Amino acid sequence: MPIQKGMEVSIAVSEAVKLANVDVISAYPITPQTHIVEHLSELVADGELKAAFIPVESEHSALSAAVGAAAVGARAYTATSSQGLALMHEIMFVASSMRIPLVMTVVNRALSAPINIWNDLSDIMAQRDCGWVQLFAINGQEAVDLTLQAFKIAEDPRVLLPVAVNLDGFVLSHVIEPIELPDQEAVDRFLPVFKPTLRLDPDQPVSMGAFGSPEVFIEVKKQVEEALIGSQKVAAEVWKDFGDIFGRTYKPVESYKAKGAEILLVTMGSITETAMTAVDSMREKGRKVGLIHIRLWRPFPFKEFFQAIREAKCLAVVDRALVPGGVGGPVGLEIKSALFEKKERPYVAEFVAGLGGRDLTVEVFAEMAAKAERYAKTQKEMRYEMIGVREK
Amino acid sequence: MITEDLKDFKRFTPKTLPKEEPLVSGHRACQGCGEVLALRMVAKAIGSPMIAVSATGCMEIISSPYPQTAWAVPWIHVAFENAAAVASGVEAGLKTLMAKGRIPEKKIAVVAFAGDGGTADIGLQSLSGAMERGHDFLYVCLDNEAYMNTGIQRSSATPFGAMTTTSPAGKITAGQTTWKKNLPAIMAAHDVPYVATASPAYYLDLMNKAKKAAMIKGPAYLHVYSPCPTGWRHGTDLAIEVSRLVVETNIFPLFEVIEGKYVVRKNNKPKPVEEYLKQQRRFSHLTPELIQTIQTRVDAEYARLLKMEGMTESTPTKTETKEE
Repeated sequence: MPIQKGMEVSIAVSEAVKLANVDVISAYPITPQTHIVEHLSELVADGELKAAFIPVESEHSALSAAVGAAAVGARAYTATSSQGLALMHEIMFVASSMRIPLVMTVVNRALSAPINIWNDLSDIMAQRDCGWVQLFAINGQEAVDLTLQAFKIAEDPRVLLPVAVNLDGFVLSHVIEPIELPDQEAVDRFLPVFKPTLRLDPDQPVSMGAFGSPEVFIEVKKQVEEALIGSQKVAAEVWKDFGDIFGRTYKPVESYKAKGAEILLVTMGSITETAMTAVDSMREKGRKVGLIHIRLWRPFPFKEFFQAIREAKCLAVVDRALVPGGVGGPVGLEIKSALFEKKERPYVAEFVAGLGGRDLTVEVFAEMAAKAERYAKTQKEMRYEMIGVREK
Repeated sequence: MITEDLKDFKRFTPKTLPKEEPLVSGHRACQGCGEVLALRMVAKAIGSPMIAVSATGCMEIISSPYPQTAWAVPWIHVAFENAAAVASGVEAGLKTLMAKGRIPEKKIAVVAFAGDGGTADIGLQSLSGAMERGHDFLYVCLDNEAYMNTGIQRSSATPFGAMTTTSPAGKITAGQTTWKKNLPAIMAAHDVPYVATASPAYYLDLMNKAKKAAMIKGPAYLHVYSPCPTGWRHGTDLAIEVSRLVVETNIFPLFEVIEGKYVVRKNNKPKPVEEYLKQQRRFSHLTPELIQTIQTRVDAEYARLLKMEGMTESTPTKTETKEE
C-alpha cells in the first residue's frame, strides 16, 4: 500500500509523469515550472524513466516537439508557465485541432508586464479558447492524480485532445505537502500503454495537418468542439475508474459546506484551501457561507455548476485574472453568461484578486464574502471589484 | 562516423533511379515550379520508409488540400517556424518507441522541409536548436528566395537587387538592399556531420546528396536552389535552365561540408552573372553598375568558398565519400 510522504509538489508531479511511463518529454525552463522538468531530466539521466528528454530551445519548440512525438504514437509531456505558455499560444490551437493527445502541466504565473514570477491565472486564462481540456489542482495530491488522469482523458479515442493540468506557481508548486504516490502496478492498470488511433507510420501512411479550405474548415472545428464537450463524459468515467482503483474521488465541480449556504465563494486552484479555512471560521460565527471550486474549467461543466449553486442566494466569484475592458474576470464572465438564461439566479458579486502573487489570506476571503453579502442586499449592478488595490 | 554510415551508399545513375514516388503528381504547384521538382527529387532519392515534416509554405499548401494529399509517405505539418522542432519530436518519439519495442526497429528517415522564409527567418531558431541537439534527421531548405506563398515578399534569403513586393524597384532603392543570408555557412558552423547545396539542374548530384544526407546519422542540412517562375518572373519552361546558370555563374556554387571539411564542385570559368540575371524580370531594373556590384560580390564569395576548402582540407575527418 502506498503511504503518504512529505514532498515538494513539483517533484511529486514529475514522479506522476514517471508513473505514467511517458515516452517523450520536451521542455524549456521557466520559473516556476523548473523543478518539475529538472527532476524529470534526473529521472531520465538515471535510467529510472525510459523516455527521451528533449531540452528544446524555446517553449514554442517544446510544444511543437511534443506534437511531433505524439504524432508517431509516443506518450508526450511538457510543462511551462506564464511567458512560456504565451509563446506556445500558436501551437496550442494546432495541437487541439490536429487532435493530438498530450499532457502539459501549467504552473500558473502572472503574464508580463511588469515582469513578475508569482502566481495568478492570467497565463492559462489567455489560453482559454485554445480547445484544450483544462483542469485545476487545489493541492499536491490533486496535482499528482490529475496528471495521471489527464493522460487517460487525452488518449481516449473519443477525446484525442491535449490536456492542461494547472497548479499554482510557488504557493502550490514549491510547497511540501503530504502526498501519496500510487504504486506503479496500480497506475499501469489504470493507464495502459498509449494506443494511438492514427500515427505517422511508413507502413500505413497518413497526412496530418492538411490545408483546410472553407469547404471543410468549419466541420473540423465542429468536430473538435464536440470532442471537447464530450470529454466531460470521458473525464467522469476516468474519475470513476480512478476512484475504484485509488479510492480518491473527483468531480468537475466540488462543494464545501455548501448545504444551507446563502453565500457561496467560487474559486479555482490552490486558493481554495485557504478559502475553506475562511468558510470554517465564518460558519463558526454563524454566517451561512460555503464554497464551490471548479476543477474542470474546459469544457465548462454547466450542469454540475447549476447543481452546485442551486441553493445559493449570492455567489462571490474570485477571479485571478482580468478580462481587460470587459466585465471583470474570465470565471465571472463565464458564470454570468451561464446564468443569463436562468429565470431564478443568485446575485453574482465578482472580485478580481491575487494578481501577480498578491497574497490571498483567510481575512481577504472573509472580506470578499462580507462585501458580496452587502452587494447582494442592494441588488445593484456590480461589474466587479478589484480587491486590495492601493489607490494612492 | 560518416564512413560507417555510408558504407552501403551507392550513387544513383540515370539507370538506377528509384521508381517509387513519395510525392505523387496531381498536386497544385504552379506551372513550371522548380521547387516542387526539387522536392520530388529529394523525396524520390530518400524513398520509404520516411516521415516528412513540412513547414507552412507553398509545398505544404499545394500538396495537402484536404481531403486530398500528394504524399504517399507519412507527412505532418504543424506550423511555419517549427518544422525542425516537430521533426525533433518525431525523431525522439520513434527512437524511444523502438527502444521500448513498441514499433519495429528500423531506419526511418525523418526529413523536414521548409522554404527560405521558414528556414532563414522565422524558423532559424528552431532549426538551430534541432541541429545543436544532434537529432538524427535531415533538414531541407527549398530556397526560392522570397515568401512566394504569401505573394513574393522579401526574405533574408532574397538576393541583392531582386525585386519583390516588399523590396520593390523604387526611385531611391533598386530591389533588395541586403545580401543573401548564408544559410549553409550558418549550418556548417553548427558542426553537424553533413551540409550540402544542390540545384535541380544537377539532378543526380542533388539526389545523391539527399540520399547521403538521409543515411548519415545525426543532423544533416541540404540547401536546395528552387526556381519560382511566378515570383522570379521568368518563363515557365526555364526552371532548369535558370538552375543551371546559377551554378555556372558561381552565384550558387555546389558544395558539401562533410564533418567540417568543404568539398567544392569547381567552376573556374564562370559565366558572367548577367547571363543569369537577364532571364528573370525580378532583376530587370538593375543598372550595369549594380550588375557589376553583384559580379564583384559573387567572385569574392566564390574565392572565399575555395579558401574554406583549402583551410579545411587537412581537417581530420573519419570519412572519404569518393565525391567527384
